[in-house]
Amino acid sequence: MEATKKLFRRGQKSEVGEFSRQRQITHTIYVILRDPLALFSVLIITTFVVVAIFGPWLAPYPEQGYGKTDLSTRMQPLSPEHPFGTDRLGRDIFSRIIIAARPALWVSLLVVFLAVLIGAPLGAIAGYVGGRLDNFIMRLTDLFLAFPFLLLAMMIVTALGPGLKNAALAMAIAWWPWYTRLVRSIAASLRQRYYVEAARAVGIPAIVIITRHILPNCISPILVQATVDLGTVILALSSLSFLGLGVQPPAPDWGLMVNEGRAYIVTEWWYSTFPGLAIFVTVLAFNLIGDVLRDILDPRQYR
Amino acid sequence: MRKVEYIIRRIFMSLFVLVGLSIMTFTISRVIPSDPVGLYVGPKPNPGDVERVREKLGLNHPLTIQYAYYVRDLLHGDLGLSIASKLPVLEVVGALWPATLELLFTSIILSTLIGIPLGVLSARLQGSPIDVVVRTFSIAGVSIPAFLSGLVLQIIFFRNLHLLPLTGRFTTDLRFTHPIEALTGFYLIDTALTGNWIAFKDVVWHIILPAITLSMYPIGLIARMTRATMLEVLSQEYIRTARAYGTREAFIFYGYALKNAIGPTLTVIGLTLAWSLTGAFFVEMIFNWPGLGTFTVNSLLNVDYPAVMGITLLGATGYVVVNLIVDLIQALIDPRISLA
Repeated sequence: MEATKKLFRRGQKSEVGEFSRQRQITHTIYVILRDPLALFSVLIITTFVVVAIFGPWLAPYPEQGYGKTDLSTRMQPLSPEHPFGTDRLGRDIFSRIIIAARPALWVSLLVVFLAVLIGAPLGAIAGYVGGRLDNFIMRLTDLFLAFPFLLLAMMIVTALGPGLKNAALAMAIAWWPWYTRLVRSIAASLRQRYYVEAARAVGIPAIVIITRHILPNCISPILVQATVDLGTVILALSSLSFLGLGVQPPAPDWGLMVNEGRAYIVTEWWYSTFPGLAIFVTVLAFNLIGDVLRDILDPRQYR
Repeated sequence: MRKVEYIIRRIFMSLFVLVGLSIMTFTISRVIPSDPVGLYVGPKPNPGDVERVREKLGLNHPLTIQYAYYVRDLLHGDLGLSIASKLPVLEVVGALWPATLELLFTSIILSTLIGIPLGVLSARLQGSPIDVVVRTFSIAGVSIPAFLSGLVLQIIFFRNLHLLPLTGRFTTDLRFTHPIEALTGFYLIDTALTGNWIAFKDVVWHIILPAITLSMYPIGLIARMTRATMLEVLSQEYIRTARAYGTREAFIFYGYALKNAIGPTLTVIGLTLAWSLTGAFFVEMIFNWPGLGTFTVNSLLNVDYPAVMGITLLGATGYVVVNLIVDLIQALIDPRISLA
């Protein structure tokens, strides 16, 4: 009786021997505050989020950020009024970089969120139920993963037409299989744990087992992967925009700006360099934090 | 016997994936767009084109028949006509792929030759400053977009140092004084085979920057993966035993540890191929490399639908085949995999 009550109680979320969520969070903060690289990454990410949210109020020339041109100030090098110079239509590059942070942030959050939302439950079902359903879902996943990501995104965007929304949709479609594969292997190994077997024996329906026992134990690896993926999606979006498939001018996007500046690199080097650096530094920060998280959470126990 | 079983199973899986790929490309190219014929003939069709394409696509028939037509065309190598050049897509791809392949090969060789030793070094000297430096560069390599690193390298090595050429595979002047015989399409091999050393040096000079740019991501990934698996392997019992026996450190590392650690690294190399294929698009754009990437990008810009679809299908097929080969190599050298 007591055992059954325990299985239904909301607190039962950690694997035996694992620290509680509270302890893990405290430990994470402790580690981050002591590692200079981690600290640097957290700083960059915070700056990125703040800039994305408060962009229009932080940029010195917000209208130029959105696309208003000023042909009298074309192609100017770095100066106090234009810390990163101006582009070929006279727009302040610093402002455009700031304004471009917002679509980058919300697209990456959306894509990762959708990928986890679709991919994780599918993987949990596949791993837990097993059998033909598992086979079917995994074949489907393999199919999507057989496409190099950019090719798949290219195809979808060409069929639907360029634009930010279509690029985001294409990326979400291309991204979910990674989470399915990740969660499935965890679910398959968890299926053999005693408490899951006990829950099944008592007659708890599969859906409850999946939500109460399997999915919560997948949170750590999903979190690590999602953190790194936030950066990777930004990289992918800027790549698509660089090719002309993502954000369309006059809207600003880091990849788009790098492409615009490509013709001028030999003389006006600042045009491509600063947006490119923005991409690099942001993605680097997410990767570093993902690494730190991985070291802490260490999902190797699930292998 | 288990090995043969595994190999056959693996090949069947790849075939299944290829069929699935064709279904996916078919769906995206015919089912989703609202006007497939318009996408195939382009904005300014010749008079007979619309009818010809409509008949070829079989739009009056149910979807399954259309798919059958599609597969029949595929098996005949008919990927449609590129709108920009009115040439068959397969022909254009055939002319351009040696350039891209040369770049990819050079990049893979470079990445493996640099990445694996770096990973081993990093694992061996774990915790030391060298380890930290290698790890930082690995993560940086994975984070920097290919188009940015290409541009930066161009700025440094062409504009500032005047050491390396800006674009292209070959200097135009040399095309007349020391032409390259087209034996394989791979300039590096052709010039070496014909003893055309002046041209060889020029080709090498031109391929350095693009290859380095394309290799940054794979080097980072391979170094990290090698390091991680090496560390895992090095904590095993048999390494301690070997040390207790007095075996030389170098032999332990390269003879035992690396062989066992190489499995996941090979998988990673397969994964980086997907990235490299699409990364090559950006590198070719930046360095004006006359290969598939430039063609793809131009096709995207011109909305050259048949070309884009053809390239996507071919690229994905190539990726599946290469993954298959990588898996089979792994199965051959690591008995644990076929027994799993």
